[in-house]
Amino acid sequence: MSTIEISPSPADEGIAQQQVVNDFSIQVATVNGSGSQTANLVLMRSIFQMGIPVSGKNLFPSNIQGLPTWFTIRASKHGYTARKKEIDFLVAMNTETANEDVMNLESGAAVVYDEPLKLNQLRSDLHFYPVPFDKLVAPVCPQPKLRKLVRNMIYDGVVGRLLGIDLEEIRKALFKQFGARKVKAAELNWGAVLAGAEFTDKNLRKSDPCRVERMNATAGKIIIDGNAASALGAVFAGVTVVTWYPITPSSSLVETMIDYLRRLRIDKETGKPTYAVVQAEDELAAVGMVIGAGWAGARAMTATAGPGISLMSEFVGLGYYVETPAVIVDVQRVGPSTGLPTRTQQGDMLATAVLSHGDTRHPMLIPCNPKECFSMASEAFELAEQFQTPVFIMSDLDLGMNNWMSDPFDYPTEPICRGKVLSAEDLDRLGGFARYKDVDGDGVGYRTLPGTRHPAAAYFARGSGHNERAQYSERPDDYVNNMDRLARKFETMRRFVPKPETEINERASIGVICYGTSREATLESRDQLRNEYGVETSYQRLRSYPFTPEMTEFLERHARVYVIEQNRDAQMLQLMRMELSPELIGKLRSVRYYGGLPIDARTITDEIVLQEGL
Amino acid sequence: MSTTVAPPPKRPNVNRIGLEVANYKGGKTTLCAGCGHNAISQRIIECFYEMGVAPWSVAKFSGIGCSSKSPAYFLNQAHGFNGVHGRAPALSTGAVLANHHMIGIVTSGDGDTASIGLGNFMHMLRRNVPMIYIIENNGVYGLTKGQFSATADLGSTLKSGAPNDLPPIDCCLMAIEMGASLVARSFSGDKDQVGKVLKAAIAHRGLSLLDIISPCTTFNDHEGSTKSYAYMKEHDLPLHELDFVPFFEDIQVEIPEGALREVELHDGSKLRLKKLDRDYDPTDKFGAMGAIHESNAKGEVLTGIIYVEAAKKTFADMLNLGDEPLATLPESRTRPPREALEQIMEELR
Ligand SMILES: Cc1ncc(C[n+]2csc(CCOP(=O)(O)OP(=O)(O)O)c2C)c(N)n1
Ligand code: SF4
Ligand SMILES: [Mg+2]
Repeated sequence: MSTIEISPSPADEGIAQQQVVNDFSIQVATVNGSGSQTANLVLMRSIFQMGIPVSGKNLFPSNIQGLPTWFTIRASKHGYTARKKEIDFLVAMNTETANEDVMNLESGAAVVYDEPLKLNQLRSDLHFYPVPFDKLVAPVCPQPKLRKLVRNMIYDGVVGRLLGIDLEEIRKALFKQFGARKVKAAELNWGAVLAGAEFTDKNLRKSDPCRVERMNATAGKIIIDGNAASALGAVFAGVTVVTWYPITPSSSLVETMIDYLRRLRIDKETGKPTYAVVQAEDELAAVGMVIGAGWAGARAMTATAGPGISLMSEFVGLGYYVETPAVIVDVQRVGPSTGLPTRTQQGDMLATAVLSHGDTRHPMLIPCNPKECFSMASEAFELAEQFQTPVFIMSDLDLGMNNWMSDPFDYPTEPICRGKVLSAEDLDRLGGFARYKDVDGDGVGYRTLPGTRHPAAAYFARGSGHNERAQYSERPDDYVNNMDRLARKFETMRRFVPKPETEINERASIGVICYGTSREATLESRDQLRNEYGVETSYQRLRSYPFTPEMTEFLERHARVYVIEQNRDAQMLQLMRMELSPELIGKLRSVRYYGGLPIDARTITDEIVLQEGL
Repeated sequence: MSTTVAPPPKRPNVNRIGLEVANYKGGKTTLCAGCGHNAISQRIIECFYEMGVAPWSVAKFSGIGCSSKSPAYFLNQAHGFNGVHGRAPALSTGAVLANHHMIGIVTSGDGDTASIGLGNFMHMLRRNVPMIYIIENNGVYGLTKGQFSATADLGSTLKSGAPNDLPPIDCCLMAIEMGASLVARSFSGDKDQVGKVLKAAIAHRGLSLLDIISPCTTFNDHEGSTKSYAYMKEHDLPLHELDFVPFFEDIQVEIPEGALREVELHDGSKLRLKKLDRDYDPTDKFGAMGAIHESNAKGEVLTGIIYVEAAKKTFADMLNLGDEPLATLPESRTRPPREALEQIMEELR
C-alpha cells in the first residue's frame, strides 16, 4: 500500500474547525458507461436514509460510452434540493476532466481523486484525498473484466467514511439498488465499499469541514424520477393506449410504464392486458394513433421531447379542431434541433401553447416534482376528456431523468370521468345530436364513439370547415362560430386547470413567478434575498396554461414581478403578455437561465439583485 | 260473399340484417363527373349492404385528397374521420386498437399513400392492422390539380405532355413484402371485380390492401396516361375469374378437379378463383411478387386477388387484446387498486 500524503490544507489554519453539517454538494466526475450511476445512487440514497434531505442531478453527454459525466449530490438540512452552483466535495474519477474540475473549485473544497492523477499538485487551497483505486479493486474483484464497474463503489466507501455516512446505510442502499435478483453482484460491490472505507480509516486524515449528521427529515419519503412518476400516474389514470417513438429524455417514461403496465394491468379474469403499447415509426404516427384512439374512446397518450413536438404539430392542430382527447407528455430538453439533447430546458412552452397552424391554443399542465408528475397524469386525462382536446404535460429533463426525493403519491380520489359521451340510450332519448353544438354554454359539445349501436350515432370528424352538425362548410359564419366556441371552451378551462401555488408575503412589494422545475431554486433564492439582502418577496408557481385569475391577482398586488424561467426568450412571460393589460405587462421582469444545467438559486438571486439595483 | 285480397304492401328490399340500401348511402359526391373514386364509393355502399354489415360497426378514415373526400360519400351511418395528408394509417391504427370490433375502412390516394404517407403506410402493412385500406390510384395528385404522384409510370405524361422520369412505386408489391395479409388490385371500371375483391376484404381478418386504379377524368385520362380508362381497358389482365361466396349463403357446387382454387376467409366466406390462362396460386408469396414484376415489365396491369394469407396474426393478436374493446373498459379494470400503489411506494422508500 502506498504511503499517503496529506496535503497542506487550510485545515491547518483552523478553517476546518468550523464544521459544515448537512449542507454541501458532492460532485462525482466520471466517464459515462463506467457503471458509476449505481455508485452515485447508492451514495445519494444512503444520505437519504440518514434522514437528510438530498437531491441528485446527473449531467451526462449525448453518448453511450466514454464521455465525461458529472453527478451532483446535494445534502441540505434546509431542504434545498435545487442544483447548488458551488461544489464542496469533488470525486475526480475522470482523467480527462480532472484538471479542469479541480481548477473550477472554490477555495476550501475537498477532492477525492485517483492517486496517479496527482491532482494535489494543481492547487494548495483544497483538501486532497488521494486513493489508489486500481490497487484497491484488484483484491476485492478477482475478475478483471468487472473491475471497471466495481472500482467506482470504492469511492462510496471513501466518501462515506470522510463524511461520516453510516456504513450500514450504504450497505442497505446498495442491496436495495441491486435488488433481490442480483445479490451476488451486490456482495461483490459491497466488498469494494468496505475496501474504500478501510483504506480511508487507515490512510486518510479528515481535514475538510463537510460531514453528515442524522436527521429525521426524510421519513416516509420516496426516491423516484419524474418519468417513472408520470408513468405510474398514467397507469393509475387508466391509460389504455400508449404510443411512443424513442427520444431522450422521454424514453424512460414509456419504458418504465411498460414495466408497470405488465405488473399492474393484466386483467385477472381474462389474463389479457387492459392496454396496448405501440412503438410507432415516428412521432407523426405516435400522435396520430393517439388521436385516432382518443376519438374512438381510449385513454390515449404519448411521450416525447421537443423534436417530437415539432413533428406532431400538424396532427395536434387536427386534434384541436376535430376535438379529440389526447395526452402528450413533453419532457423538455435543450433545443432548437438536437440542441443539447441530454441537458434540461423549459424551451417548448411558447411553441406548445399554440402548436400547429391556424388559431390554436392548448392546455398545458406543468409539474414541478414527481408527486405532481403522478397527479397531473390523471388531471391531464380528465381535462382531455372533459374538454375533448389534446392536453400537454410539460415536464423536463431535470425532472424526468433525475432522482428526486418526494412525498409518497396519493391514490386518485376522483372516479374516472369520460366526459360528454352519448350512449345509444341517450340517442334514443334525444333522437339525435349535433356534435359541435354548445348545448351547455361551456363550449364543449357532446360526442359519440364509433361502434355505438345506433343509426344516429355517427358523425364525420374532419379538419376542414364544419358546422355544428359536423357537416362540411366553407361559410364564414360557420367557421367563425366554431372558432369562437373553441375560444369559449378554452376560457372555460381556466376554471378547471390546476391553480398556481401562491405564497403572499404581506411585507413584499416584489413578487416572483416561476413554474415547473424552477421551483426549488426559486424558493432557495427567496431565502437568499431575505437573509443576504433583507428583501421580502411573494411567490407564485404557475401550474397550468391557460392562466387562472390567481395570476392576475398576484400581479395586481405587487409593484414588480420577476418571471423566472429556463429558456432564452422568456417564453412564459410572452404568453402572459398575450393576455394581460398594458399596466400589468409593465410590472413584468424576466429572469432567465438557459445553459442546460438545472437552474440554481444563486443565478436567480444575482439577477434580481442586479435588476433591483441592490 | 266475395272478398278482395289487398295486394301485400310493396316491401323495400332489405339485407340479411333488415336494412335497406339507403342505410348505406353517403352524402352527395362533390367529385368530378366520371371520377373513378365515385364508382368505388358506389361499390362500398353495395358491398356493405349485400354483406349485411351494420353501418354503425364500421369506421371510415382517410387522409387528404379527392380520394380522401370519399368517406363522406358512403355509409353516412358510420363514424368517419378525415385526417391529415398521408396519415390515415396512424389514425385508423389507433382507432382500431381502441376498438378492434369495428370494421375500419380507409380510402386514400396514391399521393397520400405512396408519397407523404409512405412511411406510415409501410408500418401499417407490417403490423397487419385488421382493416381495409383502399388506394384510389390515379397516378396524379387530383386535389392539387394534376401533378405526378409516385405511382405514375415511367414515361407516362401529364396533361401538358410533360413526361414522368421516375419509376413507379408498386403498392401491391410493397404490401406483400411488408406483411399485408390480403392484397388485391382492381380497376374502378370493373364493377364486378371491385365488388368481389371488396367483399373478400370485408370477410378477411387482417390488413386488406386494395390498390384500385381509379382514373382522374380531369387531369389524367388522356393519351399519355397509363391510369386512364382507355389504357386500363387495353391492359387490364385479370389473374382469374373471381367468385365470392359469403358465409351466409353457402351454396355447394360441384367443383371440377383442377379448374378452381378455393380460399376460405376468416368469417367462413369463400373465394373461388377460376383459372384463366394460367393457374395462379394467391397463397404463394414469391409467386405473387414474381407475377407482379413480370406483368409490370410488360406494361400489363394484373388484377384480382394477388395474395392472401387468411390465418395470419393481426396486430390485435400480436398485442394479445382481450375481447372487450379498450375504449369501453370500466374503471374497475383500468385503475389498479389502492394497495398496488401503496406497495410501490413502499418499494421506493
Ligand atoms: C401536409 C400537406 N402537404 C400538402 C398538402 C396538399 N395536398 C392536398 S391533396 C394532395 C395530393 C392528393 O393526391 P392523392 O392522394 O393522389 O389524391 P387524389 O386527389 O389524387 O385522389 C396534396 C399534395 C396537404 N393537404 N397537406
Ligand atoms: S380532380 Fe380527378 S381525382 Fe379529383 S375529383 Fe376530379 S376526377 Fe376525381
Ligand atoms: Mg391521386
